Amino acid sequence: MRMKNMTQNQTQSTSANKKISTYLTMIVLIVMALAVTALLIAVETYFVGDQLAAGVLAGIGLIALMLSVFLLYQSKLQSAQVKIEVPKVMTTIECKCGGKTVREFQRGDYVYKELDVPCQKCPTTKQMITAIYREIKEKEKTFNV
Amino acid sequence: MSLIPGSDSSITTIISLLSYVFFIVLIFYGQRIQMYVMIREVENSLHKLRHIKEEGRKNAIDAIKEIGKPTVDPSARVDRYLEYFTIGPQGMDPAGIVNKLDHILDVRDERLKEEVRLMAPSSDETQVNNLENTLEAAMALNFIYKVVRHYYIQGKKTLSLYVIMQIQMILPMVMKEAEAYSSALKAFAYGQPIGDGAGPLVAGKLMQGYETRKLPKDCVMATVPIEGRTALIIKAEGPGGNVGKPGDAVEAVIEENEGKIALLIMIDAGLKLEGEIVGEVSEGIGAAIGGPGVDAYKIEEKLTKYKIRNYAVIVKEDIGDAVSPMRREINDAVDKVIERVKAVIQERTKEGDKVIIVGVGNSIGVGQ
Ligand SMILES: [Zn+2]
Repeated sequence: MRMKNMTQNQTQSTSANKKISTYLTMIVLIVMALAVTALLIAVETYFVGDQLAAGVLAGIGLIALMLSVFLLYQSKLQSAQVKIEVPKVMTTIECKCGGKTVREFQRGDYVYKELDVPCQKCPTTKQMITAIYREIKEKEKTFNV
Repeated sequence: MSLIPGSDSSITTIISLLSYVFFIVLIFYGQRIQMYVMIREVENSLHKLRHIKEEGRKNAIDAIKEIGKPTVDPSARVDRYLEYFTIGPQGMDPAGIVNKLDHILDVRDERLKEEVRLMAPSSDETQVNNLENTLEAAMALNFIYKVVRHYYIQGKKTLSLYVIMQIQMILPMVMKEAEAYSSALKAFAYGQPIGDGAGPLVAGKLMQGYETRKLPKDCVMATVPIEGRTALIIKAEGPGGNVGKPGDAVEAVIEENEGKIALLIMIDAGLKLEGEIVGEVSEGIGAAIGGPGVDAYKIEEKLTKYKIRNYAVIVKEDIGDAVSPMRREINDAVDKVIERVKAVIQERTKEGDKVIIVGVGNSIGVGQ
């Protein structure tokens, strides 16, 4: 129950983050478009002959382009950092007959706990929790050294 | 005065002028710009730390409310708890300092548990231990946040590169630790076994089916025949979050047997270096036990007195794995550790010998 609440909160906060980051990305993209336009106009003005105006426009365009690329890069870095994943923890239950079930962790579970729930094959013997662990999906980065 | 010789238009003049200005600005203000970048970096991390800390506090309070069923809101008491500090013993005359430290840690532990019982009146012993661990993780997060904030504000006040650099340099490690504590806090609140519990997990498996008895300071022991030898297996009492005091327990068992112990094997989670594989098992010599060193000292004293050999088996993991819910690789290492332990016993002792096996670590979520 609590787990569920928490995951909900988590998704809420990440969606809020996402909203902010999409907003930011939009602004950055607009700035980028403007910068590219400025550069194009600069080329045009250069060929017309007004070199001073062309230089100023080119400068503005380049600076804006650089800034927006930098911002985009940084916001991407940040959004990658803020994400905190909640790992799924699994409980393994084994019976003496060899029967094995894996289910999600419930509060009150602990390793070597004898459960009152009997096994499906042999209702007289008690089952025991033999392992509680979390599995990590993504492989750790190796650096080939 | 142009950058490109031969071309003398006004545009190249402006560009070259601008580049000179840019160069001069960088010479005089380069370090300052670098500092502002660093301050931004620290600021970002600080925001994240505050978020982690607040979430930790909230999770702790929620756990107390849910488990302890308090009549009054525990928030104020939790906030006070988070600010607790411990003053270590004076080390000017270091003789006998271990006992002083031991005493201080006992008092601290007792005080914190007492506080948890007041906060969460309807919790049993296991839950008190779990909540205490939860609150300690929240306390650590609070402390990390406060230290980083201290350097950040000091850096901003003094505008000194060297003040801000100190925190910026260790920031990646600090953030990693904070994230580890954050996931530890959740594991503690739910009572899930953590990576540090590798030792107790092995000891618990060896104990299965044998009677256990209590030993001084929150430990349990079972007498188990292994390969024709008698193994005295010790672990912290579970399934509450608890590391016990293996030092006291080992001391008591050695004295009970009047020092007639052939071998002491300690099993613990060991910090791995980057590049090593999680769950790798390796063997060595010495007292494999972390913490403030009190337990290691006590064990070493007794071992030296009776000239008992001391072997160690560790399961490799990093700090994040050690305090977050146990990874599958670590859980799978249990059988490998047992194999190693049995091999050591067979090779290094005679039949009929007595061997002590200690599973060192936090036994949260691990029974016996
Ligand atoms: Zn069965």
